[in-house]
Amino acid sequence: MKLVVIGGTSAIAVATIKQFAKKDLEVLLVDINFNRLESVKNDIFVATGVLPSIFEWEISNINMQEQLFEKIIQDFGNFDVAFIAYGTLPNQEDILNKPNEIQKQLSINFISAATLSSIFAEYFEKRNSGILAVITSVAGDRGRKSNYIYGSAKGGLSIFLQGLRNRLSGTGVTIITIKPGLVDSPMTADIPKNPLFSSSEIVGKHIFNAIEKKKDIAYVPGFWRIVMFIVMHIPEAIFKKMNL
Amino acid sequence: MKSIYESWGKYPTPEYQQVINYSWINEAPDLATVIGNVLPFGLGRSYGDSCLNSNGTLVDCSGLNKFISVDWDKGVLRAEAGVSLDEILKLIVPKGFFLAVTPGTKFVTLGGAIANDVHGKNHHKMGTFGCHVNCFELLRSTNERLICSNSENQELFRATIGGLGLTGIITWAEIKLFRIDSSMIDAEFVKFDCLNDFFEINDFANLTNDFTVSWIDCTSTGTRSGRGIYSSGNFAKSGPKYANTKHSIDFPFKSSFINELSVNLFNVLYYQKQFDKKLNSLIHYEPFFYPLDAVGKWNNAYGKNGFIQYQFVLPFNNGKEALKEILTRINHSGLSSFLTVLKTFGNIKSPGMLSFPRPGITLAIDFRMTGKRTLDFLTSLDDIVKEHRGVIYPAKDSRMSGSDFMHFYPEVKEFSKYIDPKFSSSFWRRVNN
Ligand SMILES: Cc1cc2nc3c(=O)[nH]c(=O)nc-3n(C[C@H](O)[C@H](O)[C@H](O)COP(=O)(O)OP(=O)(O)OC[C@H]3O[C@@H](n4cnc5c(N)ncnc54)[C@H](O)[C@@H]3O)c2cc1C
Ligand SMILES: NC(=O)c1ccc[n+]([C@@H]2O[C@H](COP(=O)([O-])OP(=O)(O)OC[C@H]3O[C@@H](n4cnc5c(N)ncnc54)[C@H](OP(=O)(O)O)[C@@H]3O)[C@@H](O)[C@H]2O)c1
Repeated sequence: MKLVVIGGTSAIAVATIKQFAKKDLEVLLVDINFNRLESVKNDIFVATGVLPSIFEWEISNINMQEQLFEKIIQDFGNFDVAFIAYGTLPNQEDILNKPNEIQKQLSINFISAATLSSIFAEYFEKRNSGILAVITSVAGDRGRKSNYIYGSAKGGLSIFLQGLRNRLSGTGVTIITIKPGLVDSPMTADIPKNPLFSSSEIVGKHIFNAIEKKKDIAYVPGFWRIVMFIVMHIPEAIFKKMNL
Repeated sequence: MKSIYESWGKYPTPEYQQVINYSWINEAPDLATVIGNVLPFGLGRSYGDSCLNSNGTLVDCSGLNKFISVDWDKGVLRAEAGVSLDEILKLIVPKGFFLAVTPGTKFVTLGGAIANDVHGKNHHKMGTFGCHVNCFELLRSTNERLICSNSENQELFRATIGGLGLTGIITWAEIKLFRIDSSMIDAEFVKFDCLNDFFEINDFANLTNDFTVSWIDCTSTGTRSGRGIYSSGNFAKSGPKYANTKHSIDFPFKSSFINELSVNLFNVLYYQKQFDKKLNSLIHYEPFFYPLDAVGKWNNAYGKNGFIQYQFVLPFNNGKEALKEILTRINHSGLSSFLTVLKTFGNIKSPGMLSFPRPGITLAIDFRMTGKRTLDFLTSLDDIVKEHRGVIYPAKDSRMSGSDFMHFYPEVKEFSKYIDPKFSSSFWRRVNN
């Protein structure tokens, strides 16, 4: 199987790739930092025996995404699965009154991931096969005061993918929305951990299963589906006063 | 970031510690610009204050968790210093390798294992962890990165092994692995009724077994005093090779926290009549080496005041008599836990300057922290240890006096030359006070 991972140095992505590597795998990691890509490449090779290819690329730059796609086809060839894993979690308080910063966050986490999804979807549609798996977040299920900037971007992305899935149903293309809960990874390095956190390894296993089973929407780990079901059913009149 | 930065014994409680995460090996924090002093932190499995930096900065290295390279033909692994022994075992056991030396928990980092030059049940055959380190990279506060080995920067190499995190940050290390034919241990458990019997069994068992250790019951008195169970074993010559990936259950969901395996063995060997004196069993290495890892956070069982693990080594020469006296005192104090761990170290020398293990008898005992009573009692034990030329293990210490430390480790004078001036720890300030 050939897998392209955009955001290939993300801890969650790496854990997922290690699961895939138990089978026959060729993988390309694309991300923004070469040294990090090198570290991750070696780590995956030692852990699994699979040697990833790597590209350094400004992945969230919308103007360069078509070029990126061409380069992938040129150097790596056709592929079966595209996995979009990158994202940034801002400290919301720092950017609340900074329109440029807010725009940047929305642009990375929503727009650039949506445009890239479109490019991959079109490619798979032409081939009438392929899987596009994209990480959004449970934070996109309901706006909360502590992170609605990030949350709205991820929520927008979830809806975008939902529409894409609807459009492509009946074709050979699978669109998977992955919604992790709280994950212990560099993204949350500065957040003190509580028992709701899962390790990247556990989350990677669940994502691997979701992709194998071609799920539509996967909460990872699964208990988040219940948590978010409850969160989404709290009446707004009460919810707006809550401290979440 | 972890939720709290404390030591395993939860005593002493540190004052505010700033935390810097160091996760990408090429993107080290600029230590020179940090205000105050710094100390690397692994997984906080040290019992005392050697992993704490009260009112200073901790550099959390547990995010340095990538493998770098492996040579399966030579059995050599290079990994970043925050990789845990647990991760290493998951990688190497299925390939037919094990750690040359492992402590009694696999939840320690490579960097932490080197900085305390940890020992295991095979000290008599393999020496310490540091004996199997080929080389490592040391990041100093000047931002210099130095490769240290037996042939390059030898002095820093020797100072950093057992160097308590004071010489700089180990960013990666290369270790030699130990070949195994199975992940099962051919184990034997024998009960003994007194210390003399222990020594008799031990002399023989150390010849034929790679791994030896024993538990003694320090609550029994009179004729039962010094009774215990001797455990020994070797990796089986053939069998499956798998690492255990079961997740532990956190305390307090499971109530018996002390070493379940050993308590069970006590029940079987002492109270069930059908077993006479010994039990042979083929068991996975997991319960054999890491019985305590089956219950996460078992240190919580001691409550918020925490506990102290007291570990010392006494030279063979007249150590037996001192040991008897110490055990009698512990027994009368009523302060210690049911089981304590007793083993002997062999004479393989570690490259580490400040290494704790040396030939002799070593005992490790948990004491509930009850304040002055516990501290005074331990000070009285220090005197016996000193008198018999023993030493105390810094990785587990939170209370020995500075003068005792200097007395135990005269190498400190030489060691001090290699300390990074930006580095310090709660332990280091305490013993230099
Ligand atoms: C259940 C249990 C059983 C144990 N059994 C044994 C045993 O059998 N034998 C034994 O010897 N010990 C034993 N220990 C003690 C433990 O092995 C050591 O304290 C070990 O060093 C802890 O490693 P850590 O990664 O948690 O490091 P920490 O406790 O976080 O730090 C330990 C020291 O390492 C330094 N350090 C950490 N990372 C780095 C780095 N990257 N570069 C430089 N310095 C660094 C720290 O500054 C500190 O001085 C046991 C502990 C427990 C909890
Ligand atoms: N951790 C959680 O609790 C959690 C919860 C829900 C959803 N998620 C989502 O899960 C995904 C993976 O996150 P993670 O937890 O694995 O965190 P991570 O390890 O920090 O990964 C984040 C990834 O995004 C990349 N990235 C950072 N800035 C970028 C930019 N400006 N443009 C493009 N890429 C950029 C990073 O590359 P560099 O490393 O090179 O910077 C890295 O590969 C993200 O989409 C995240 O939003 C995480």
